[in-house]
Amino acid sequence: MKAKAFAYPYIFWMALFVVAPILIIVVYAFTSSTGSLTLDNFTSMGGSYLTVFGRSFLLAFIATAICLLIGYPVAHALAKEKSRLQGMIVMIIMLPMWMNFLLRTYSWMSILENTGLLNRFFAAIGLFDLINAISGFINNTFGTHLSTDLEYFEMINTQGAVVLGMVYNYLPFMILPIYSVILKIDSSYLEAARDLGAPPRTVFRKVVFPLSLSGVLSGITMVFVPAVSTFVISDLLGGAKIMLLGNLIQMQFLGGTYNPHLGSAIALVMMIVVIICMTIMNKFGAEEEQAVMF
Amino acid sequence: MKERPSVGGRVLTILTFVFLYAPIIVLIVFSFNSSNSRTVWSGFTLDWYGELFEDSLIMSSLSTTFSVSIISALVATVAGTAAAIGFFNMKKRTRAPLLAINNIPMINADIITGVSMCLLFVAAFGFLGNFTGWLNRVFGFNLPTRFTQGFGTLLIAHITFNIPYVILSVMPKLQQMDRNLVDAAMDLGCSPLSAIWKVVIPDIMPGIINGAIIAFTMSIDDFVISFFTAGSNSQTLAMAIYTMTKKRVTPKINAISTLLFLTVLILLIVVNIRSSRQEKKLQESMKIKKSFVR
Repeated sequence: MKAKAFAYPYIFWMALFVVAPILIIVVYAFTSSTGSLTLDNFTSMGGSYLTVFGRSFLLAFIATAICLLIGYPVAHALAKEKSRLQGMIVMIIMLPMWMNFLLRTYSWMSILENTGLLNRFFAAIGLFDLINAISGFINNTFGTHLSTDLEYFEMINTQGAVVLGMVYNYLPFMILPIYSVILKIDSSYLEAARDLGAPPRTVFRKVVFPLSLSGVLSGITMVFVPAVSTFVISDLLGGAKIMLLGNLIQMQFLGGTYNPHLGSAIALVMMIVVIICMTIMNKFGAEEEQAVMF
Repeated sequence: MKERPSVGGRVLTILTFVFLYAPIIVLIVFSFNSSNSRTVWSGFTLDWYGELFEDSLIMSSLSTTFSVSIISALVATVAGTAAAIGFFNMKKRTRAPLLAINNIPMINADIITGVSMCLLFVAAFGFLGNFTGWLNRVFGFNLPTRFTQGFGTLLIAHITFNIPYVILSVMPKLQQMDRNLVDAAMDLGCSPLSAIWKVVIPDIMPGIINGAIIAFTMSIDDFVISFFTAGSNSQTLAMAIYTMTKKRVTPKINAISTLLFLTVLILLIVVNIRSSRQEKKLQESMKIKKSFVR
């Protein structure tokens, strides 16, 4: 059968638009603007760049961990709902994606701002008055100098706001793969485990969780990769204060400091570090799965 | 999974949905706000919805968004289905590395896909410019020598990142298909091509449609890749919003997003009701079949 010839046009397309661009990144990373071979792009990445690297990976790691902590129990609970509801559940998780993600993130600005909705709400229920009163009371009693003119919580332009934006935007990518994997678990495994006398906690630990690990791993990848490389979330919710790898790369290509060679080098390093993380994680995951099989 | 979810699981799920939808509700509510503040409510109005259609920037970016999403989803669906059929008929040894390359745009960070394609286009246009310049000199043609990124490059980028999703959704359907069907069709005198057209395609149709929907959604929601590949001449809605977030986002954007969101919501509900009806019919016909077998 010659059906495999159907793939040839796409193989050509991939060579042109998937493989070639990545090779160009590699070439740019190892050359200077005059075209000569150099390692300067990598050696110049010390100091402040390392801070940005560290911050990006740390914030993305925290966001991924929070997504997993929220996403797993939610996916687990959703998978147990009646089958009549299942179609709707996927829809409800996917639906926010149809509101442009820039706008959803921008909407968090209105919520978190110093004069934003959340601070207005806190003021309206008298939370700040209460805190000020308590501080005043402590000052009077113990002679301390706590401030008593709190008018708002500073939430926007903090690292916390950036993490919140990441969790908000990428949580569905954690819930969906875990949910679909748990849904496919054969219920006879659970019955077998229960029949053999396993208490619910053991059933979860020995059967459900190991079988859902592939979903967890793909969820982690789908959250971590966009989180570590974002520049929009840090732009909107971190102000200019919190610079991430994405901002650094974006600046080298479209921003004021135009230097695609340095930008390519940063992108390449980020890509390699991500690939290493994912490989280690998948290795670890594969072993776990095998351990369950035997 | 047949158990009922626990109360704690349900509460967490509901809280998660509140978290996912809160910013969207804020956006929708403030699209009816009579002042252009995004935190202070000053009264109900529908003005923004009226003014929306007179705003040429929003309307033109909306039409760019829709044309690029529709065209790229259609092209990606056809190309991805063809490629999946091709891949499926290859030996595993050739297929595995090709599928790995196919996965690159899905796994890679958007910013790297965007930046690398941007570099490719710049390099290709430089090359092309030199070539047409040479043609002009040698043959006295009057071809343009300067090319810039625009709708064409935007479309190429969208097609490239959409095809993998179509393949991902078609491939499992091909694997589930009964291979004897193709053989039977060919034994009955079908040519290989008409066997694919008349037997394979109808059989994998749900996967194809699903792939098309995912591709369209990805296209509509994309910002980062468009940002790097659209150049300065064409602008998608997401890009227009990004430019606005630097200054001030008009409530007209809230209005257009609300309209889009409601459109999708209604479409999804209709599709959902129809598919659950079909499922019921399917179940009933299965019951009838079973009673025949008995």
